[in-house]
Amino acid sequence: MAPRRRREYSFAQAMVALLIGLFLFVFLAIPVFTVIYVAFTNADGSMTLSHFQSFFSLTLMRESFYNSLIVGGMSVVISSIFALPLAYFVTRFQFRGALLIQTLGVLPLIMPPFVGATAMQLLFGRSGSLNLVLGDWFGINLPIMEGLNAVIWVEALHYFPFILLNLIVALNNIDRAMEESAQNLGASGMRLFRRIVFPLAMPGYVAGAALVFLKVFDDVATPLVLNVTNILAAQAYLRITSIGIDDPIGYVASVIMVAASVVALWGSALALKNRDYATLQRGGSSLAVKKLKPWQAAIAYGWTVFVLLLVLSPHVGILLLSFSRVWSFSVIPEAYTLQNYATMFQDSPHMLWNSALYCGIAASLDVILGTAIAYLILRTRVPGRKLLDFAATSAVAIPGVVLGIGYLRTFRDFNVPFTDTPVASFWLIIALAYAVRRLPYALRSCTAALQQIHVAMEEAAQNLGANARRTITRVVVPLMAGGILAGFVTSFLTAAVELSATIMLVSATSDAPVSYGIYLYMQSIAGRGPGAALGVVAVLLVAIGTYASHRMVHSRAARLEVQNPVNDI
Amino acid sequence: MSKVSVRFENVALAYGPTQVLRDITLTIEPGEFFALLGPSGSGKSTLLRVLAGFAQPDAGRVLVDGRDISRIPPWERDIGMVFQNYALWPHMTVARNVAFGLEERRLPRADIDRKVAAALQLVGLAELGVRRPSQLSGGQQQRVALARTIAIEPKVLLLDEPLSNLDAKLRVHMRSELLALQRKLGITTIFVTHDQEEALSIADRVAVLDQGVIQQTGTPMQLYDHPVNRFIAQFVGTINLFDGEVTRANGQATFVSTGLGRVAVAADAPANGRAQLAIRPHAIRLSGDESAREADRIWLEGTVIHREFLGEFVRYVVRIGDAELTADEPHYMGGRIYEPGEAVGAGIERAQFKLLAI
Repeated sequence: MAPRRRREYSFAQAMVALLIGLFLFVFLAIPVFTVIYVAFTNADGSMTLSHFQSFFSLTLMRESFYNSLIVGGMSVVISSIFALPLAYFVTRFQFRGALLIQTLGVLPLIMPPFVGATAMQLLFGRSGSLNLVLGDWFGINLPIMEGLNAVIWVEALHYFPFILLNLIVALNNIDRAMEESAQNLGASGMRLFRRIVFPLAMPGYVAGAALVFLKVFDDVATPLVLNVTNILAAQAYLRITSIGIDDPIGYVASVIMVAASVVALWGSALALKNRDYATLQRGGSSLAVKKLKPWQAAIAYGWTVFVLLLVLSPHVGILLLSFSRVWSFSVIPEAYTLQNYATMFQDSPHMLWNSALYCGIAASLDVILGTAIAYLILRTRVPGRKLLDFAATSAVAIPGVVLGIGYLRTFRDFNVPFTDTPVASFWLIIALAYAVRRLPYALRSCTAALQQIHVAMEEAAQNLGANARRTITRVVVPLMAGGILAGFVTSFLTAAVELSATIMLVSATSDAPVSYGIYLYMQSIAGRGPGAALGVVAVLLVAIGTYASHRMVHSRAARLEVQNPVNDI
Repeated sequence: MSKVSVRFENVALAYGPTQVLRDITLTIEPGEFFALLGPSGSGKSTLLRVLAGFAQPDAGRVLVDGRDISRIPPWERDIGMVFQNYALWPHMTVARNVAFGLEERRLPRADIDRKVAAALQLVGLAELGVRRPSQLSGGQQQRVALARTIAIEPKVLLLDEPLSNLDAKLRVHMRSELLALQRKLGITTIFVTHDQEEALSIADRVAVLDQGVIQQTGTPMQLYDHPVNRFIAQFVGTINLFDGEVTRANGQATFVSTGLGRVAVAADAPANGRAQLAIRPHAIRLSGDESAREADRIWLEGTVIHREFLGEFVRYVVRIGDAELTADEPHYMGGRIYEPGEAVGAGIERAQFKLLAI
């Protein structure tokens, strides 16, 4: 009998895939390729490398390039210095630090570094609190906040938890049998740690380090707030906004940033490729936990408290700043006031509203796209589904500034239907940029949620009479709800503190979201107080949102306790 | 409920280069409790999934009650399947799980409630409707999965390794419960298992699959007593196989092998040439004492090389020439026990031979 052609996907699935593909094509692929295209072509459209030549012939650009690498690399180094001992204490000793680690994990999420940067100047700058005290007592002045140091210091303090958390997960995943068999063969102490434990945890460390590098490389707002303009992201922004949308140097800077991100991600992907070999076997237990000796406990808790104080310093700083009337050349503010909050609430209700609107749109779009893509990848055979996954995920490698420049260039010639406003300066474009930038995280969350659901759950529904659509609405989505909610909240909150693309795309103050508002305030001495107040309000809102969603997701998970007896014989 | 038949006609299916099912033709009679038996990867679960509509065959037809269902989507087939891992939905209570199929059929609420109660009653879980699946034991979860499936009164009931997630004691218990339930409902039931004891003990008929091909279909006893090939002989029960040759002279057939020498076999044995002689371990009697040997057996001299005590019987491995023979001796208190190294005679009863063509 002739083989029958198997129907591998439905029309509806193909249409959904096509729509998602179209969205990613228009709002991710075209803008990014436009940027690359402009960097490599002359005004008449012919291919050229001359823009790169002129880029590297400019002293400022060369300097910016090196500075970006230095800032990214040194941030990783400083972050590692903070993170490594903490990860070691937490995983190897009976150490009461779970709550602390959780707190450290969410702190970078709820407040981006640029918000606290001004406060960090006041605390650690040349005439900041720390140096005033040190100068009084010992007559020394630490150049923590001088030039690039400032950027490195602020970024490292914010982002080191990415290394910490990845490292802890990696260390906890190492099967105790790995360690015990090494001991059984005669290895112990530092030698055991160096030869067995650390190599096994290496992929986790590299993943965290790549993430830190990426975040720092990508960050345009922190250097600008700290008045450091000779790094790539800042130069890309300044060239486009001051010289113009046609200046090729900005595009060259963008292309270099994309390339650096891709290399960092590629490195981490390489490191993660073989990581399964070390993971915990079923029924295995993780590394042996030792009791701390008193002197060890002193060091461990001492270091932890020290790091925690540093991590909290920007938060405490903006809190103080938001209540201060004047704060300069003094350890703490000299006079307190509520005026900053009054000013802020007078100026910025529309910013809060804008943020809620943009982030709401972005997060909704993200979970819809994320759920759809996850379903297409894991449950259908629609052609091109892998490409969708790749395209959606690749947004991670595109710095916000670059995406912003791409949008400005691509959409400047199109008007919003029925109006004279170019799409590039329409507020919705900000929300779309957020959606594209946060989609990888939402997608990961949705994919993980769907992977948890055994296919038999869906087949059982179909077997009992539910068609494909009813199976999705009655079984798949309810079971994914936790993951979808987590994806929504992550997208929403991280979009709320996004500034890299925002700074490129906000065309009118009336369209500005909170993050841009804080940035604007921080530009002037007089604006610092209200800016800090807005920062405090934003951080509080974000913190409440994070906490509430954690509670919801956890109570849900506890209630459902999805059981998929893994039992394939 | 009227009982229906199921018929597979020339069903073939491949996943990429792997041929999972090859030209399967099989009829399951109305009301039959039918087992699909085979090692993992034999295609038995895939055949079940073809019937449920979760796998599309490349060729062939599937008939239920004489009607081709190949083009009907899974949700319109009315073929109830109990999944190996039960697939209970954790976001619904037990009662909501059981009600699901009835709701999809748009039954009135009152009917749904009544049928849910009846189904739970039938599996002995009437009290547990308000619980969540995660609050139940493995055995209870299985009953819920069963209740959920029979609540829709399907034409055919499919059970995919239904007992494999239960512990040994519970498995034997559920086995007889399943059979009792099937007899009560009279529903055509297909049961997939890799456990031959399970298949033999409860199925009316069994089809044994290997490498996507049905090797033999028959009642449990037919499979055991008359295996058609080496695979069936070895897969169903334990058996001794000897390679040799069948020769004929003067209407007499003789099996010649190096291990056993010349053995006269029935004249209607498979044609001349290479063949295998098969014999079950319990059809062999061991005896050390030459005077106490029955004459109607063929006696072969050998040495015990291994002994395994299994309770009801003792399993010996006896070396005869360069062949090894497994023999099961019933065990009674004070019975004769042979030691490894001991010389022993193995008596093979002529009536218990089975010749297999190669």
